[in-house]
Amino acid sequence: MRDARGNIRRLPGIRLWLSGGWLTFLVLAAIFAPLISPHDPLAQDLFAGRLPPFFEQGADPAYLLGTDSLGRDVLSRMLYGARLALIVALVAGTLTCLIGASLGLIAGYYRGWVDLVISRFIDIWMAFPPVLFAILLIAVLGTGLMSVIIAIVVIDWTRFARVVRAEAMGQGAMDYVASAQVAGRTRFGTALTEILPNVLPTIVALLTLEMGIAVIVEAILSFVNLSISTDQPTWGGMIAEGRTSIYQAWWVLVFPLFALFLTVLSFSQLGEGLKDHFDPVLR
Amino acid sequence: MSFLSIQDLTVQLKNGMPLLRHVSLDVAPGEVRALVGESGAGKSMIGKAVLGILPKAARLTGGKILLDGEDLQTLSQKARRQRIGARAALIPQDPLTALNPSRRVGPQITDRLVDILGWKRPDAEKRALELLEEVHIQSPDRVMKAYPHELSGGMRQRILIASAFAAEPKLIIADEPTTALDVTVQKQILKLIREMQQRHGTALLFVTHDLGVVSKIAQSLTVLYAGKVIEETTVKDFFAAPSHAYSKALLAATPKYTDPQGSLTPVPESVITAVEAEVAAFDEQARAGTRP
Ligand SMILES: Nc1ncnc2c1ncn2[C@@H]1O[C@H](COP(=O)(O)OP(=O)(O)OP(=O)(O)O)[C@@H](O)[C@H]1O
Ligand SMILES: [Mg+2]
Repeated sequence: MRDARGNIRRLPGIRLWLSGGWLTFLVLAAIFAPLISPHDPLAQDLFAGRLPPFFEQGADPAYLLGTDSLGRDVLSRMLYGARLALIVALVAGTLTCLIGASLGLIAGYYRGWVDLVISRFIDIWMAFPPVLFAILLIAVLGTGLMSVIIAIVVIDWTRFARVVRAEAMGQGAMDYVASAQVAGRTRFGTALTEILPNVLPTIVALLTLEMGIAVIVEAILSFVNLSISTDQPTWGGMIAEGRTSIYQAWWVLVFPLFALFLTVLSFSQLGEGLKDHFDPVLR
Repeated sequence: MSFLSIQDLTVQLKNGMPLLRHVSLDVAPGEVRALVGESGAGKSMIGKAVLGILPKAARLTGGKILLDGEDLQTLSQKARRQRIGARAALIPQDPLTALNPSRRVGPQITDRLVDILGWKRPDAEKRALELLEEVHIQSPDRVMKAYPHELSGGMRQRILIASAFAAEPKLIIADEPTTALDVTVQKQILKLIREMQQRHGTALLFVTHDLGVVSKIAQSLTVLYAGKVIEETTVKDFFAAPSHAYSKALLAATPKYTDPQGSLTPVPESVITAVEAEVAAFDEQARAGTRP
């Protein structure tokens, strides 16, 4: 395909396809978890404990990825774990983005005392060590899905605010912004048509990155037993449990860890790919 | 009656540093006035003050700007924006940063018609196509749908010219509209601005530091130094005999079209010292309130 200047357009990168493919698969798995899970993720079977995955000696074909020390099916638990990981990624990522990007846009474009207040606020906020902050918050709010999401938003909105503020400030100095104002655009209208579209590629990249970060944070909190209540399977929780039996049943730890790794990587790659896609100059 | 009348305009930085010192300047309907001066003299600042887009750091602290006889400072911000938008437009210096890279060209031309004049989109689009033809763009349909980065610098400047003339403003401020272009394109763009100005009978305030361009386009000129008007005269008189020593030196420092390779005398140190002293004395008088 050739664009208006006759350049060959870049094909959407392979990484966009791979990361998009994995995430699509994950979304489908999460949605249909109750239908496709071979077992109840919570059902224990003490006579079927620590069964290895299908490619190892002594595997039971009913438990494709093996079982943990309590005899729970690893595959089913991972499928249900994907649900929580994705819910946290989507909800926490989107909320963080909306709050952080709006504040950043307002500060960077309107400048003046609004900027002063928001920037000071960001500086003070960022002085708190994030992990400590998260644990403190959960301690106050109590464990649970909502608490995890709130903790992520509260800690990470500054990431968006800082970057978007800097970009909006750069945009505000551009001649087309001045031209739009001479042409009678209101300040708000200018922010929407002249500033936002140019900051959008960055916001999209940050958003997907944030979704990856949310998945990690949720896993870390599960790992230290501070996330969603313990009777729900989460990847972080599985990793924590698998750690104790790493020499007897490595699969309990490795499969969820691998899923976590792939997911976080996919989110960040998707962000990079989408950023190029949204950028008119690179498109 | 002049269409634009700037009277005693003073613009200062927030810390009190003056950028414009009691500037007065008039542009009659249909007149082309050149505004010349070295870099940093405050040429762009005058344009920005008129168009209401002064940078955050600068503030209008004195004087009046009359647009079509109406004092802009007495209007509410909304009314001022409306008046300026309907009566004046800007042709900016750098066509690279003057178009929004993430929007198609078409809407960037029609915005003004829709926002200020309240036109319907389809009508505005038809008008934009006509304008693009008027500035000699080959396939206006295609250009309307293009993104700015798909077009050359000269093409973009043509689009900005079309866009400036779109709402039939009575005044256009062109801020060094050819500086960012290469020499061959410069000539075409200058010719185009002149042609459009004459056809539409628009008053033009043409900012430049190139006296060679002045003789080709303007009837009158204002020389600015350190935000102060040094000389205000007709182009004919200026090139015959500039009255101020700084103007003389400026003229001597400009390459002649008849002899572009000829020897140039930079503005001598003594002239700079004299004009600096003049500005300082002027400030002193202004502070004492004894300025005539
Ligand atoms: N945003 C700003 N904040 C502070 N000072 C500024 C700002 N913009 C311009 N100035 C100062 O105002 C003075 C006049 O600037 P202006 O841009 O009007 O110069 P100019 O005559 O247009 O020069 P040039 O030929 O380089 O465009 C300069 O001394 C400049 O340093
Ligand atoms: Mg300038």
